[in-house]
Amino acid sequence: MKRLTLPLSPQVLSDLHAGESVLLSGTIYTARDCAHKRLFELLDRGEPLPFPLENAIIYYAGPCPAPAGKVCGSCGPTTSARMNAYAPRLLDLGLGGMIGKGEMSEETGKALQRNGKVYFAAIGGAGATYGNAVKKMRCIAFPDLLSEAVYEMTVEEFPLVVAMDSFGKSVYGRN
Amino acid sequence: MRLVNTSEIADCVYRLALKAGRSLTDDCRAALRAATEREQGAAKFALSAALENEICAKREQIPVCQDTGMAVVLLELGQEIFLEGAPLSEAVDGGVRRAYAEGYFRKSICDPLTRKNTGDNTPAHLHTEIVEGDKIAVTFLPKGFGSENMSALKMLTPAEGTEGILEFIVNTVKAAGSRPCPPVYVGVGIGGCFDSCAFLAKKALTREIGSRNPRADVAQIEEEALKRVNALGIGAQGFGGAVTALGVSCEIAPTHIAGLPVAVNIQCHCVRCEKEIL
Repeated sequence: MKRLTLPLSPQVLSDLHAGESVLLSGTIYTARDCAHKRLFELLDRGEPLPFPLENAIIYYAGPCPAPAGKVCGSCGPTTSARMNAYAPRLLDLGLGGMIGKGEMSEETGKALQRNGKVYFAAIGGAGATYGNAVKKMRCIAFPDLLSEAVYEMTVEEFPLVVAMDSFGKSVYGRN
Repeated sequence: MRLVNTSEIADCVYRLALKAGRSLTDDCRAALRAATEREQGAAKFALSAALENEICAKREQIPVCQDTGMAVVLLELGQEIFLEGAPLSEAVDGGVRRAYAEGYFRKSICDPLTRKNTGDNTPAHLHTEIVEGDKIAVTFLPKGFGSENMSALKMLTPAEGTEGILEFIVNTVKAAGSRPCPPVYVGVGIGGCFDSCAFLAKKALTREIGSRNPRADVAQIEEEALKRVNALGIGAQGFGGAVTALGVSCEIAPTHIAGLPVAVNIQCHCVRCEKEIL
């Protein structure tokens, strides 16, 4: 299995193909529905985002609280399709890719292709595995959203599948 | 008559909620293992990851899935019981509140319009049925919404019959596609009225995966629906494969001469459901 370290270079991205499994390490940012809504409000007002969008990876996830002595609680992916409304614009503004679960729209697929980026599928329901792979975590925006806030996470060997690649191919299209 | 303090029910809900959040049901684990043998590639990878994940959750004492769900509590309350103490729904919510705080479970319940989180995962969805006897059967089903969102109800016409029911089940699973974390467990309600039909579907999800309805014609619908759903080829996480559903369970109730309500409640592959009799 390929081991990838963030940020991903254009060369690495162009060598990722739908259906292959990878282990991803590096810094990522969580955002779900409510956080995306607020990120868009900031963009519309021309204000800076809580993290630099360029080459950043957004993880569609809302973790459980961390038990005492642990960095993070259970933290698997949420359904990505709800973020189709946001992903294309963020990709066009420099977003490096996304991690979530389930198929995303054709429009998102086209935005990935036009920007040479990749959408990774984490395994839904495997929250304990992903939470355990989070080595550092801090809330960087919207703390009132609780689990839906934006968290900066340093993760080690997240098991992922390349779901939609930079060539317009999708693991979901093979059915 | 048997006197029961509702604090006993609260303690039971607390125990069941904590256990449910951290483990899969035995039948779910067995069904996932069997599915792993049948798949290859990305689907096999996903199923193996789900099984390893449960081991990790138990070792780390954290929830198997971060979506620790809406707390669905089913009570079958013997009519010879007299309840004392705090009002029943308060006691149940108290058990949920304590388990979700102490278990470090995610609090996922919010106002539908303002989206403001209630902060403690209450209120639970409590369904109480009065039955004969002096026992209390408590079932705790933490229901995640990735799969709940893909559920549907349709008022079919009597003319549509069994074939209409099968078509609706298959179309609902097909439309859900990769989104509800397949392989799914499909709960089906047939009959009743609009709301009781939906409840039958939910109740079907508390049955053991692979169990069959005692009525032969209903069991046949379960088997045929499972066959057709698996022929969709959606597979684990939507990666393609032979196992799109771990099982289909149908519950049935008499309905009106003018109607044929059918409800399909989708459950993700992370089936968590705990029961206890008090």
